[in-house]
Amino acid sequence: MMLKAMLGEAWLAMGANRLRTALTMLGMVIGVGAVVIMMAIGQGAQYAVQQTISTMGSNLFIVLSGSFTAAGVRSGSAGGPTLNVADGEAIAELEGVVNVAPTHQGRRQLVYGSQNWSANVVGTTPPYLEARAWTIASGAAFGDSDVRSATRVALLGKTTAQNLFGDEDPVGKTMRIQQNPFIVIGVLGSKGQNLDGNDQDDTVIIPLSTAQRKVFGTPFLGSVRMIMVQAESADSMQRTMDNVTSLLRQRHRLREGVPDDFFMRNLSAAAESEAETTRTMSILLGAIASISLLVGGIGIMNIMLVSVTERTREIGIRMAIGARQKDILTQFLLEAVMISFAGCLLGLVLGLGVALAINAFTGMVIVISGSAALVAFAVAATVGIFFGWYPARKAARLDPIEALRYQ
Amino acid sequence: MTEPVIRVVGLGKSYETAAGLFPALKGVDLEVRPGEFIAIMGPSGSGKSTFMNLLGCLDTPTSGDYFLAGQNVAHMDKDALAVLRNRTLGFVFQGFNLLPRMSLQDNVALPLVYSGADKETRRAAAREMLDKVGLGKYADSLPSRISGGQQQRVAIARALVNKPHLILADEPTGNLDSHTSEEIMTLFSELNREGITVVLVTHEPDIATHARRQVRFLDGHIVSDHLTEAAPA
Repeated sequence: MMLKAMLGEAWLAMGANRLRTALTMLGMVIGVGAVVIMMAIGQGAQYAVQQTISTMGSNLFIVLSGSFTAAGVRSGSAGGPTLNVADGEAIAELEGVVNVAPTHQGRRQLVYGSQNWSANVVGTTPPYLEARAWTIASGAAFGDSDVRSATRVALLGKTTAQNLFGDEDPVGKTMRIQQNPFIVIGVLGSKGQNLDGNDQDDTVIIPLSTAQRKVFGTPFLGSVRMIMVQAESADSMQRTMDNVTSLLRQRHRLREGVPDDFFMRNLSAAAESEAETTRTMSILLGAIASISLLVGGIGIMNIMLVSVTERTREIGIRMAIGARQKDILTQFLLEAVMISFAGCLLGLVLGLGVALAINAFTGMVIVISGSAALVAFAVAATVGIFFGWYPARKAARLDPIEALRYQ
Repeated sequence: MTEPVIRVVGLGKSYETAAGLFPALKGVDLEVRPGEFIAIMGPSGSGKSTFMNLLGCLDTPTSGDYFLAGQNVAHMDKDALAVLRNRTLGFVFQGFNLLPRMSLQDNVALPLVYSGADKETRRAAAREMLDKVGLGKYADSLPSRISGGQQQRVAIARALVNKPHLILADEPTGNLDSHTSEEIMTLFSELNREGITVVLVTHEPDIATHARRQVRFLDGHIVSDHLTEAAPA
């Protein structure tokens, strides 16, 4: 039996009981719609987290100088003078290390004209910008020569620039950090909040040497509190951290059994766990939505079973004039698949509409991907065939005489 | 001597019932030659309907052989039987058995859908058969819009659409008044004159007189088989 003629018949059968067909379809519409909405929201959340992570810089870890104890009072981490710039240079030589930036940071008051503002001041070296994936919005970054000669230049974050300079262009202007004049040579691109909710743009970046001499001061020349290290890849992260540990122990001449005189923190770990959380949420949402798809499929099976019983006599007539089992099977299967496909199409439209409405009214990030729609479609077709199969087979296996006798 | 259209040898059919195996047909022998017009008669329960279902390839016998156009169909599978029902014979039922949601033309064309004919062929053949039974002008109507006699004509057109050489009819006039029955029987006689072999089941003697040979069933056996004197020329 030819497919075109069969499609026509399936269409007729669907039209014969419109309300029932519509209700059956509704199960699929809701199922597919739910999957599309949930996937749009889940993937949106994942996208948002990934955006945040990418602004932090990837595969980063920091080495903090160790604590010290003075008169029974223990300083916290990065309190003691155990790390120095030379340590950073040695780490940079290690395999798998992309960027190394010794940093020294703290909150300081900034003054420009009649305005003043407290911001996070970061003294560091040029690789810092690369490791944190900072861009320069206007002006230029400082270079190694600025670090060597401890020039008083500064890069402003967007928030700091706005609060201190308002509508003025800060590049080329002179501001003061703790009485020391600094020339603003550039404004950084915007990054937004980090995972803790801190504004990453509320910052000032200056050369490390300048920071140590003019802003923070150091207990010993060349000592740093923190070294930021960027590893080649997420996979090599742990290995690189181990290598850095053994290198520093060797450089600091620590014997076996003596505890490390520094601390290490994996900055990407928090971000990764956040990403993992959203991924899990996304899967969970998808799973819940799939259940409604399953329920929709069962609805189709239910109606198809009723339909087969109701149309027993029709099946008998068709068999009597030459329909083979295969023909009857195809006919009923086609009806189930058509219902589920039509429901799927409507569900896609509904899901997209609701997802866009959610985005418009709540501002929640949604991501609509073609693959999600494709998956929903494939699942709907599978559900149609899977749940249509049993009723169709039941129809095909009817005995023609019994079927003809059915009233 | 020409090959018989139907040759039945020791055909038997038993049904499983609560009371045990019930033999509905107990070893029937019959030969039908091309162009014959046979009426099968007998009281209800005599096995004539069971016999008709076997002839129509709707059912398979429990014993014996059935040669349809020289082919033994007694042991064929369901799909092979479906192909025979589709191409080799046409079946007319007492209850017309038209599909209520389809136009008369689509009803008549339905067997062609299962034999894989294209749309244009189906349409042309269905129109031709509807014209032949005098209902061409109702081609697009639904079965519910026409009378019982007309519905039976449509059913006959459907049985003829694949141009079979054999028409089987199970009580084709059972649901019709005597006047309409007469018209339907005239149609069968015309088809028979065109060379189509007709086998019909009836319990009405008046109807049986249209046939040229009468076979009588009783308790699963053939009890008489003779030519009709009053057969129309």
